Amino acid sequence: MAKNEKSNLVSGWKQRKEVQMVPTRNGFGEGLLECGEKNSNTYVICADLTESTRTAAFEEAFPERFVRFGVAEQAMAAVAAGMALAGKRVWIASYAAFSPGRNWEQIRTTACLQNQNVKIAGAHAGVSVGPDGATHQMIEDIALMRVLPNMTVLVPCDAEETRKATILANEIDGPVYVRFAREKSPVFTKKDTPFELGKAQVFRNGDDIALIGCGTLVYECLHAAELLSEIGIEARVINNASVKPMDEETILKAAKECGAIVTVEEAQVAGGMGSAVAEFLAEHHPTPLSRIGMQDRFGESGEPQELLEHFKLTAPHIKTEALRVLKRKN
Amino acid sequence: MPHIRPIPTLTEKKLLELETRANQIRKDLIEMLTVAGSGHSAGPLGLADIFTALYFHVLRHDPKKPMWEMRDRLLLSCGHVVPIRYVAMAHAGYFPKHELMTLRKLGSRLQGHPEISHMPALENTSGPLGDGSPQSAGLAYIAKKEELPWHTYCILSDGELEAGITWEAAMFAAKYDLHNLTWIIDRNNIQIDGYTKDVMPLEPLRQKFESFNFHVIEVDGHNIAEFVDACRYAQSIWEHPVVIIAHTIPGKGVDFMEFDYKWHGAPPGKGPEDKVARNKQRETALKQIRTLGGTIQSECE
Ligand SMILES: Cc1ncc(C[n+]2csc(CCOP(=O)(O)OP(=O)(O)O)c2C)c(N)n1
Ligand SMILES: [Mg+2]
Repeated sequence: MAKNEKSNLVSGWKQRKEVQMVPTRNGFGEGLLECGEKNSNTYVICADLTESTRTAAFEEAFPERFVRFGVAEQAMAAVAAGMALAGKRVWIASYAAFSPGRNWEQIRTTACLQNQNVKIAGAHAGVSVGPDGATHQMIEDIALMRVLPNMTVLVPCDAEETRKATILANEIDGPVYVRFAREKSPVFTKKDTPFELGKAQVFRNGDDIALIGCGTLVYECLHAAELLSEIGIEARVINNASVKPMDEETILKAAKECGAIVTVEEAQVAGGMGSAVAEFLAEHHPTPLSRIGMQDRFGESGEPQELLEHFKLTAPHIKTEALRVLKRKN
Repeated sequence: MPHIRPIPTLTEKKLLELETRANQIRKDLIEMLTVAGSGHSAGPLGLADIFTALYFHVLRHDPKKPMWEMRDRLLLSCGHVVPIRYVAMAHAGYFPKHELMTLRKLGSRLQGHPEISHMPALENTSGPLGDGSPQSAGLAYIAKKEELPWHTYCILSDGELEAGITWEAAMFAAKYDLHNLTWIIDRNNIQIDGYTKDVMPLEPLRQKFESFNFHVIEVDGHNIAEFVDACRYAQSIWEHPVVIIAHTIPGKGVDFMEFDYKWHGAPPGKGPEDKVARNKQRETALKQIRTLGGTIQSECE
């Protein structure tokens, strides 16, 4: 059991109280700084959220490659495309609700259709934004970005992986969306945990059911697998951070070997990562599957952890859903 | 001939009442934000006088019949300042004051940003900046077309004006001479990243609006009499939509918050500590509001 567990996860990840807690946005900030150092063509534009999107460190290090844009996400996206046309790699940073929420068409035409180096940093994604409420809890972004040709979609699972995703995004040619969150979340991957474009990572082995997650809820998947293990069910846990392009090989293998799947994301299930898995499997290997996420509704104000429980996104709920899907497994 | 319900003149006595009320509203705002543990302080404090004037003098409304069809419409385009609206509404009798303490909590009608699905009397759902002013123009357009007597007001923040949608809506409002529409701009010179002039300069703001065919009135946003006058004056303009640029002080009434953009999104107890320690922010703020403007000097000192 859990062959990859040792190599991929930090020791002691199981102890919720002991695991290091860092918001994924911090990983973005660190990664961005590395991008700026590595590649002098890297530019950053921020729409009046420099501190909370963690772009302040880049601004301090490379003020001549940073633009404070004000509250103007639509022009920000298109201006970035213009800078990209001039040969730059341009990050646009805001809350996901506004970018890509508000500027989707600009991203579609100027970044994707023109296939330009515009990198979209979507902060404060998911309901764990908390008390700000539904207007600020972006849960449709994965769907919005996933449907765009040329777009790469990365939903990293912790701060360390967000750092890697940011560096990878800067190296890829073409538009990329990187999604991250506001709240502190467990850092359970390591510096040497692999992170590759189009590759999912198996964080835990098991053949009874596969839990496929993305974002910070991958940690909940790991705990759900522990809960299932207590009752003799061994779940495979897959970190599906590269939502597009997706690692179809790993997904197909999981479907064939496990025969049941639960997908988990802090996003609208319609069109989200789970939908990508479901679409692929429906065409290639129909498998009993259930999608955990936001079920065709908006979020609301509340404390982050309270909301994750309220919307049934944590380990005990994943376990319950897994048991339900297992009943459909033949 | 436009359908107008004149705003009454403001007597000395009423003015004093409003000023006292605004003070009380500021205090309740501080208590509410402290209990919520998150939320915005600077913008709401800066708008306390304007919201008091609106709910207690300018607007035709009935807290007991919140959805009365002939009510004036007050929209909020900058949803993050909604705490001040909640307090003003509680004072006006829309809901019990103790409900203020549920702000931003799970299940509350007082969402972190206003939502009409939770409380219809808020008129519009907002938070994403820029979306409110176009809706106010849509409302006013129908009201004008159907000769309905209500007036539409919309509050916008200054940072919000950087969003292009504002100017798209302005063109529409001017095209149809929506004189029954008044925009009120909270010109407090701050946004999240700093002063508006550093982040994205807005001046010359008056000329911008004038060139968009708005009638522009500038007021001291803390002078209730001046603000009420401006609203009355706006009623006499029949050929253009009106914008009242209200010059305000962010954090007004609490000196360690005033003019400081770092207080944009922090509640007392969680704000910057350069001037007052976190565990003293609530009580210091309350004490200062009590003696605001020297009018009610040091009652307990
Ligand atoms: C479309 C959009 N982009 C970004 C934000 C995040 N945000 C909230 S308030 C604000 C700007 C604050 O400046 P201002 O509007 O002047 O409000 P004030 O600080 O004066 O209250 C920003 C960028 C938002 N709410 N909506
Ligand atoms: Mg402002």
